[in-house]
Amino acid sequence: MAEIRNYTMNFGPQHPAAHGVLRLVLELDGEIIERADPHIGLLHRGTEKLAETKPYNQSIGYMDRLDYVSMMCSEHAYVRAVEKLLGIEAPERAQYIRTMFDEITRILNHLLWIGAHALDVGAMTMFLYAFREREDLMDAYEAVSGARLHATYYRVGGVMLDLPDSMPKYKPSKWHSEKDVRRMNQNREGDLLDFLEDFTNRFPGHVDDYETLLTDNRIWKQRLVDIGVVSPERAIELGFTGPMLRGSGVEWDLRRKQPYAAYDKMDFQIPVGVNGDSYDRYLVRMAEMRQSNEIIRQCIDWLRVNKGPVKVDNHKVTAPSRSDMKENMESMIHHFKLFTEGYCTPRGEVYSAVEAPKGEFGVYMISDGANKPYRVKLRAPGFAHLAALDEMSRGHMLADVVAIIGTQDIVFGEIDR
Amino acid sequence: MTDVTTALAWLPDFIEPLLTWLPIWAQILVSSLLKIVLILVPVLLGVMYLTFAERKIIGYMQVRVGPNRVGPRGWLQPIADTLKFLTKEVILPTNANVYLFIIAPMLSLVPALAAWAVVPFLDGWVLADIDASLLYILALTSIGVYGILVAGWASNSKYAFLGAMRAGAQVVAYEIAMGFALVGVLMAAGSLNLREIVLHQSGGLFQWYWLPLFPLFVVYFISGVAETNRAPFDVAEGESEIVAGFHVEYSGIAFALFFLAEYANMILISTLTSLLFLGGWLSPFDGLDWLTELPVIGLLFGNGLHWLLIKISLFLLFFLWFRATFPRYRYDQIMRLGWKVFIPVTLVWILVMGFAMFYTPFGHWFH
Repeated sequence: MAEIRNYTMNFGPQHPAAHGVLRLVLELDGEIIERADPHIGLLHRGTEKLAETKPYNQSIGYMDRLDYVSMMCSEHAYVRAVEKLLGIEAPERAQYIRTMFDEITRILNHLLWIGAHALDVGAMTMFLYAFREREDLMDAYEAVSGARLHATYYRVGGVMLDLPDSMPKYKPSKWHSEKDVRRMNQNREGDLLDFLEDFTNRFPGHVDDYETLLTDNRIWKQRLVDIGVVSPERAIELGFTGPMLRGSGVEWDLRRKQPYAAYDKMDFQIPVGVNGDSYDRYLVRMAEMRQSNEIIRQCIDWLRVNKGPVKVDNHKVTAPSRSDMKENMESMIHHFKLFTEGYCTPRGEVYSAVEAPKGEFGVYMISDGANKPYRVKLRAPGFAHLAALDEMSRGHMLADVVAIIGTQDIVFGEIDR
Repeated sequence: MTDVTTALAWLPDFIEPLLTWLPIWAQILVSSLLKIVLILVPVLLGVMYLTFAERKIIGYMQVRVGPNRVGPRGWLQPIADTLKFLTKEVILPTNANVYLFIIAPMLSLVPALAAWAVVPFLDGWVLADIDASLLYILALTSIGVYGILVAGWASNSKYAFLGAMRAGAQVVAYEIAMGFALVGVLMAAGSLNLREIVLHQSGGLFQWYWLPLFPLFVVYFISGVAETNRAPFDVAEGESEIVAGFHVEYSGIAFALFFLAEYANMILISTLTSLLFLGGWLSPFDGLDWLTELPVIGLLFGNGLHWLLIKISLFLLFFLWFRATFPRYRYDQIMRLGWKVFIPVTLVWILVMGFAMFYTPFGHWFH
């Protein structure tokens, strides 16, 4: 009998379903996966090392670039780590703003995930629907920080600026008449909170639309049910967090278990799955989007009535106001010191973790008392998930690998760091 | 065999005196060539604008506008695409089998076009009015898959190879379901000739075969979608798994030929479904004399080519609608659907039909 050899296939790094730069070496028996070997490192930028060479404030921007679809959550973990080192606490309004933007980020991330996941499974319309809603949230990002993706909005000791009291508006152009522009600007007449409230009113309807397209779709179910099953015990052993863990039925959410920011004052539920397959993880994430929408709504209500400072008054850590700086010698010095040397932190080590959309994003930091951290270690949820790819996809077919990569919600910025 | 009068049958009158100086065989040859041009030019134009329609219609389904830059509202887009394909380099992969690699696109396009020879557009408007036209169609649509298989093999690429294997298995499975669906039509019409099948359905909307042969109608059209490798059965291309499947190594005009074949097949399947199950050029108001005898609009309500075109467009719209709506099946699920659902459904319905036609008083429903 002739020797039968397995078929080895290179999947990626340039592949439409590789979600960036994943390189998978697949060993196939026909179309059945015998072994899936993920190769990482093609997007390694040395973020941890870079953060060790810069004053604390200057690394916030790097955090955006880790998981580039859940920017502010990574920032949150980082600024909380530094705050812990310094022993300061952001003002309450800043906590609520952070909570609100964490949830906006969660929706942003899950929208991209559902779009990409559906596209991987072959339903391309979903992608464009999801991007339609992302656009509004990106506008919210832009309104507070000036940037649509890499916001760098959270600062040690609070947030950069208070919420804006007006939204940027569309202007008539060759492509959009006065009438179009009036219609497009309808929800932009008030401030950012009005704009977001309008979004929270619309968004559950949009999620209903997505669910109409997918949830009961026979093909969608055939492609996801019983694909990549992970038992609760195994999920914990593998270090899963976030929807990947909750999809397996483990009720673990840092927002509830170790509340940070304003989450202890929020009323929300934690959806969990039953079977631990891709379909359950899909349902969990869909339910999470609805919950996030509720949290945003609660934050809006609170932020409307409670004004106050959005960063701590200690100008060793936060920048003084512009006008102060022009008139006050001390503020001038503070400003200069903050943006050149930064500030020193007490010796010690901290770990701060947030429930990022993909799972537990943690920052571990050791300070030797200098103005930059001695060591930074970032705990990216996607890394643990990708490590389980081999186990999840073994015995499935080639097309299922794509579905599993989709359900893991892989982003290479955070895995390669 | 063919004589000059049948060869000239539906060509305009002024052609005949122009040809009289030629020998008989040449007259037949020239008039047949003219007919081929008359059929293929609209088909190829249809293909071009089907790509445009697809991008526009799916665009609107996805709340975007689609191509709108080339020419007024994007209407010249297909021409720009063609020019682009023509001017691009055809890359021959180093280890490809050059001969097969080049012949594969032709192998898939030629049957898609040749099948039009037996398609009747109106009573008598057909290039070759042969008695076994249904068999001819079945044979040619099966040959089309050789193009895909050969392309996948000759490319010497693992992705292309997987795509070819998938396409081969899929087409075999759905060919059988399609064949059985055609057996039902054959039983109902008592003829293998497409023209006679259509004429058998005359008498208005409810005389068409879609009603008595409803399960076969559905199976035939869905198998047709699978046969043309369109979403949700596009595993041979499998965009997100095997990138472009069998044509991953093709570029320029060689790729365009595959593209052309796919769209020509879509139009062909739509046309056949219209002919076999929706009465082809027959009007749904056939039989309502008061309506068809109205002065001007009576012509519209009567039988005519426009009805065939409307029906074809309807099915083509379904093709695009499927693509915008459904996720892609997995390869083994396609097989299961073909073998375990479609083939039993068609078989059972054929039995039901046969029994009803010969042993029950309801036989006339199926005639």
